[in-house]
Amino acid sequence: MANIEETLIPKIGVITDVRIDTPDVKTFRVVTPDGKKAFDHKPGQCAMLSIPAVGEAMFSITSSPTNTEFMEFSIKKCDCVTEWLHQAEVGQQITIRGPYGNPFPVDDEFAGKDLLFVAGGIGLAPLRSVINYCRHYRDRYGKIDIVYGSRSKADLVDYNEIITEWVTDDGIDVHLTIDNAEEGWDGHVGFVPNYVKELGFDTNKTVIICGPPIMIKFTLEGLMTLGYEKTQVYTTMELRMKCGVGKCGRCNIGDKYVCKDGPVFRCDQLEELPDEY
Amino acid sequence: MRKCKTDALDAVFAEIAKSSLLYIPTDTEKGAEYKKWSDGMKMSNALNTVRSPKDFFFPQTEDLMEFKVNGKEIEVIDTRSEKEDFVVFGVRACDVKSFEILDRVFLIDPCDSYYANRREHSTIVSVACTRPVETCFCQTFGIDAAAPEGDVSCWKTDSEVYFKANTPKGEALLAKLEGITVDADDKDVTAQQEKTREIMKKLPLAELSADKFGAGKTEEFFNAPEWDELSESCLGCGTCTFVCPTCQCYDIKDYNTGHGVIRFRCWDSCMYSDFTKMAHGNPRLTQKERFRQRFMHKLVYYPSNNDGLFSCVGCGRCLAKCPISMNIVKVMKTIGKSE
Repeated sequence: MANIEETLIPKIGVITDVRIDTPDVKTFRVVTPDGKKAFDHKPGQCAMLSIPAVGEAMFSITSSPTNTEFMEFSIKKCDCVTEWLHQAEVGQQITIRGPYGNPFPVDDEFAGKDLLFVAGGIGLAPLRSVINYCRHYRDRYGKIDIVYGSRSKADLVDYNEIITEWVTDDGIDVHLTIDNAEEGWDGHVGFVPNYVKELGFDTNKTVIICGPPIMIKFTLEGLMTLGYEKTQVYTTMELRMKCGVGKCGRCNIGDKYVCKDGPVFRCDQLEELPDEY
Repeated sequence: MRKCKTDALDAVFAEIAKSSLLYIPTDTEKGAEYKKWSDGMKMSNALNTVRSPKDFFFPQTEDLMEFKVNGKEIEVIDTRSEKEDFVVFGVRACDVKSFEILDRVFLIDPCDSYYANRREHSTIVSVACTRPVETCFCQTFGIDAAAPEGDVSCWKTDSEVYFKANTPKGEALLAKLEGITVDADDKDVTAQQEKTREIMKKLPLAELSADKFGAGKTEEFFNAPEWDELSESCLGCGTCTFVCPTCQCYDIKDYNTGHGVIRFRCWDSCMYSDFTKMAHGNPRLTQKERFRQRFMHKLVYYPSNNDGLFSCVGCGRCLAKCPISMNIVKVMKTIGKSE
């Protein structure tokens, strides 16, 4: 029996770095006890992290697959597992299993296209993997625009990486915004959906969007007004999960399981599902 | 086909139990239940066991692994072990069919090794029904109560028990019984089968049809106005999911034993309010949505992913056990009616 792979049995991961991103988001660097990446993944895939006796939960892998040394998870403190992780120190072991779900089609539909990333708050976490993948293989894609907003400057996840790496790249335009004006912020102020409309992008782009449901809803409406089709827009979903492999029944919507048929969906595919997400 | 006298059934059980664990349905104060056979135990003639036999492959609770936690360090202990061979004797046609429905969830890639291990070590002996009752509707799903599947099919008459092997596992089992059984003709059970089928035709649910449901019918039924009324009195107790032979949703939880942490899984129910609850909210806020999920899954979503196969076998347990007498039959009859 012991030699049969069982997907529910996790590996051990070690937290080797904890970065404080925002007042309620920390980014955890994870490797195996012998210092390697736990497994390979594709942009947009997820992993189940757990702490015995606390719980297990699904998180998107925020680091790019092109990072061969470690994986990173940007985790917002909510309750239970996330709260426990937020007090964890370097050297703490956790369990990790995956990768789960379908990735963004970075090597197929995205290839050769102009890309527009739209993110709100912690919604940047799953997109960071895609953004850094596209930056690594820069010549495979056209122009890249990133619209990212949060409540305040302090709530912008990965702010340092954005201002030191992303904005300095050729052919990448980063458009940051925060909800309310504050001292020390000379960038745009306003909600993400309005900012996307104001920027008024050409309709030839492929859009990748993630954030609070209300942000996604209004941004989609804005994009449709600009003349976009739902077939050009991709998003990634979050539902409660236990097994990660389409058996426990929890993330079932219509005839799809978000853990294995998603979490990445094209918006026209999403529209065919019952409105239960 | 082989047969033995009815009073030789004890000898049959004793012979099977020599080489593997044997479970049979037996009458208890709670009704018919599968029990590990011991000398003198009588097989129940009840139509249905109170709990479905899904427990044999997908137990109500099951340890998955163990963790040892030492400071910041964690050790994962794979506690899986090879199961013993076992025989389940006396499974009804509906329940036998439920195994196929569960197989299509647990055995597809990535295979669930806990479930697969039990399946591999099991031999199923079914028993044909002779007295189906008013809650039976297996025929709605194309199941023939008079010709159950399984590794061995079995027919009990007043004086004799007939056995027919359907698989290599079944042939191996019947080979062990050669000293107790004699050759018989398939035609010997025809009269009983015809009688059972006649009864089935006259049952109150004989005309119940699932034809309007199936793959790709989400749009047609999801927003049906009847869900409101049907779900109105649902208590969300989950009884239907627990007695259902095909309900397979599960939870994974940890238990701190004081010496380590056991990670186990247990049955869960989409009828429960916290089933889909997560940090950012709950996509199924009302009982109507949860109620609809259960029936849409059985009648539309599951068939969409499984070549049209419905995730209901018509065993009738939910009809008998629901405290408010709501059930899949009422749903099938009512949904889409106003159109």
